[in-house]
Amino acid sequence: MQHLLNLFIKAIFVENVIFAFFLGMCSFLAVSKKIKTAFGLGLAVVFVMVLTTPLNYFILTYMLEEGALTWIHPSLASVDLTFLAFILFISTIAGAVQLVEMVIEKFLPALYTSLGIFLPLITVNCSILGTSLFMQEREYNFAETAVFSFGSGIGFFLAIVLLAGIRERLRYSNVPAPLQGLGIAMFITALMGLAFLSFSGIKL
Amino acid sequence: MAAPTITDAPPIVKQKKEALFSKKNLQTLRDPLDDTNPITVQVLGICSALAVTVQVKPALIMALGVMFVTAFSNLIISLIRKSIPTRIRIIVQLIIVAMLVTIVDQLLKAYVYDVSKKLAVFVGLIITNCIIMGRLEAFALAQKPWPSFLDGIGNGLGYGLILVMVAVFREFFGAGSILGYKLVPQWAYDHGYVNNGLMVLPPAALFIIGLYIWWQRSRKEELVNVS
Repeated sequence: MQHLLNLFIKAIFVENVIFAFFLGMCSFLAVSKKIKTAFGLGLAVVFVMVLTTPLNYFILTYMLEEGALTWIHPSLASVDLTFLAFILFISTIAGAVQLVEMVIEKFLPALYTSLGIFLPLITVNCSILGTSLFMQEREYNFAETAVFSFGSGIGFFLAIVLLAGIRERLRYSNVPAPLQGLGIAMFITALMGLAFLSFSGIKL
Repeated sequence: MAAPTITDAPPIVKQKKEALFSKKNLQTLRDPLDDTNPITVQVLGICSALAVTVQVKPALIMALGVMFVTAFSNLIISLIRKSIPTRIRIIVQLIIVAMLVTIVDQLLKAYVYDVSKKLAVFVGLIITNCIIMGRLEAFALAQKPWPSFLDGIGNGLGYGLILVMVAVFREFFGAGSILGYKLVPQWAYDHGYVNNGLMVLPPAALFIIGLYIWWQRSRKEELVNVS
């Protein structure tokens, strides 16, 4: 139990998808101009992550890994389909995003219009595929996968809302013209990354 | 093609066959290096630019991989662009990109295993590299195969340029070497030179790209309000 809690804290703070691995930077930089939209995108990412990573875990353990197909027939034990992982993982994610898009369009039309193109682009948000790939690489079991995906999602949510807060404030400061927008956002992310590095001192 | 024998040949003949490296095509190839650089101007594909640039070698290989995938996914999508229904185009694009990335991944595992270990999940993440999707959406869906291919190469090069530049800085100041060759001599260390620990840490890449953007935009006024 404590192990899972450690993993959760680690996924949020120590190995934050944004500040430690820089995954999902495109939407992170593009949608963080207002807290409200950042909040919506953050929630959508958490949802898609929690939905797809465990699903991909099942795909991996029961369809792709060496010996995974024994539940069909014992003679398939030596079949190793892991090279198909990318294609299947991304299909799962694309499907889940389609679902989220339909749900948001139906129930939260205001958020739907404010997210615009970035909603379907969650499909190509690398933090989501990254979580699935980390799950595969680190050989997590199911409980770990579930906790890890939730933690990573919260980590992304936290990061994007924090940056949006800072950027809203930034409107009142005097930034040199060539540095405005993308440039200063990069510097702020770097500084936030340095701040988050301090969590790496925590031994879990 | 033989030169037209009739002197007043209709100009349509000329338009039909554009030269392989016409001015327009060359521009498609060259623009992404600076004016429309995928990372610093289009704000695409930043994630991997930051994550794999601690050393030059993985950065180079990553850049080659991305260039291969952008070029060929652009080419393939452009070839079949008329038969893709718009509603499912994203899935079609993703499947083609995933297929190409799988090829790259298997090649890396077969020939440069140590680098493929170092790149780890980032090879798979080429699929979600926004440069590829961005170029497919913005260029290949509407253009002929050859310009699309060149656009892919150009954007791959522009991406690789930033990647290698950042990696050179980070490896030189962070480890005193480039491509594994020691460049900072031992006597410098004996006299108190210390490798810059910040450069090895991920935020260093953001600082370098941030500085580059600053420099690029103060050099070109028209880029200031791009994003």
